[in-house]
Amino acid sequence: MSSIGTGYDLSASTFSPDGRVFQVEYAIKAVENSSTAIGIRCKDGVVFGVEKLVLSKLYEQGSNKRIFNIDRHVGMAVAGLLADARSLSEVAREEASNFRSNYGHDIPLKHLAERVAMYVHAYTLYSAVRPFGCSFILGSHDEDDGPQLYMVDPSGISYGYWGCAIGKAKQAAKTEIEKLQMKGMTCRELVKEVAKIIYIVHDEVKDKSFELELSWVGEVTKGKHELVPKDIKEEAEKYAKESLEEEDDSDEDNM
Amino acid sequence: MSVYITFTVERLVDEIFIHNLYVEFIIMERHNSYSQVKGVSTGTTILAVTFNGGVIIGSDSRASMGESYVSSKTINKLIQVHDKIFCCIAGSLADAQAVTKMAKFQLSFHSIQMESPPLVKAAASIMRELCYNNKEELQAGFITAGWDRKKGPQIYVVSMGGMLLSQPFTIGGSGSTYIYGYVDAKFKPDMSLEEATQFSTNALALAMGRDNVSGGVVHLVVITEAGAKHIVVPGDKLPKFHDE
Repeated sequence: MSSIGTGYDLSASTFSPDGRVFQVEYAIKAVENSSTAIGIRCKDGVVFGVEKLVLSKLYEQGSNKRIFNIDRHVGMAVAGLLADARSLSEVAREEASNFRSNYGHDIPLKHLAERVAMYVHAYTLYSAVRPFGCSFILGSHDEDDGPQLYMVDPSGISYGYWGCAIGKAKQAAKTEIEKLQMKGMTCRELVKEVAKIIYIVHDEVKDKSFELELSWVGEVTKGKHELVPKDIKEEAEKYAKESLEEEDDSDEDNM
Repeated sequence: MSVYITFTVERLVDEIFIHNLYVEFIIMERHNSYSQVKGVSTGTTILAVTFNGGVIIGSDSRASMGESYVSSKTINKLIQVHDKIFCCIAGSLADAQAVTKMAKFQLSFHSIQMESPPLVKAAASIMRELCYNNKEELQAGFITAGWDRKKGPQIYVVSMGGMLLSQPFTIGGSGSTYIYGYVDAKFKPDMSLEEATQFSTNALALAMGRDNVSGGVVHLVVITEAGAKHIVVPGDKLPKFHDE
């Protein structure tokens, strides 16, 4: 369904007659052009997985990271315009750091998500600026409040989740996430499932090679957000590839 | 970009308290040679002690000007900055009042944004930021004590220059010098409420008995998960130590 703005879509400070702000909707479309990122919350932590498309063999491995460290206990996975996302990660870092400086303790994730969402929303109010073209997922683990996961989209709303996906294959990823019983899983089990979902939703035909970025925060990392260690990541990718082959095999049997 | 919402809550009791302190400060200025000689600690004894399940914060009730005039016999130096967080003040009363008023406002806004009661550490950090960033102008130190869901009962000392330190018990003010031995010997961690109340009352009575600028009644506030309870022990009910 294509929606033609016809004059009401030139600036973020204009509503259309049917009550939409087209610039914000176009920003959301920009996110949908980017590759997928998912975040899932389990009983003792949060795991992020990002499908990082590799456009050229000349890229250095591990460059153009799409998962950022916002604070020691907070991680952020992004989808959309990467430059916009980087600038927002700096905003989030300053918020978290100022909070700690003023109040002496780690920023609660809900509050951080709301503050960054408020910032993103401010850019949807004026014609002089354009909205941010990225969505992001924030995750953290706290020993009292447990694991938490929030997603912020370009319109400036934040939602709390058990599992969410952003980017081009978000519908397919959401379907896979809904099949999981994440509330009873641990981070170690979940890492493998996250890798599997990214492999499932990756489109072999349209996109060529990709790099999987995995990170986690939880009791397994003692509350610190960090990239999943190499050996666990390799084990997870192996599991993901094997599960895909099994499904291919069972398809062939049915035929 | 930030959104600031300012709101003022003025209660009649607070206004009268502030008015009284301002009046005293004006009179105090005429005698400021005395306060310069005495240094920066006011005539006061304040303390805070954690016990099993809560914290007691206490002070005497004398406000003095110079060496010889008691301007108030029943001043309450325990200021409530939130439901379960109290501060007791030492140093310039006017500075202390200004800082606690600002801290109360910031803490109230912070607590509403967080949608939960504030941590004692957050309250103490707010006071510390105010004391440190304005250390040239201010001369006030605090003991912040309270109860929060995360760490239970806690005590934080915010010194005049803006140091923040957490301690299981602490004493302050001019009268505190006379009771360091007593509190060091008699404090035990995890006391019961009765033991802690007795400890605080004894310590304050001993200090008030020897320090000429501390006296009056003993104000205690007991803060637990259930809330904050204010106890006043009048002069004639204080424990006596060889006073006949």
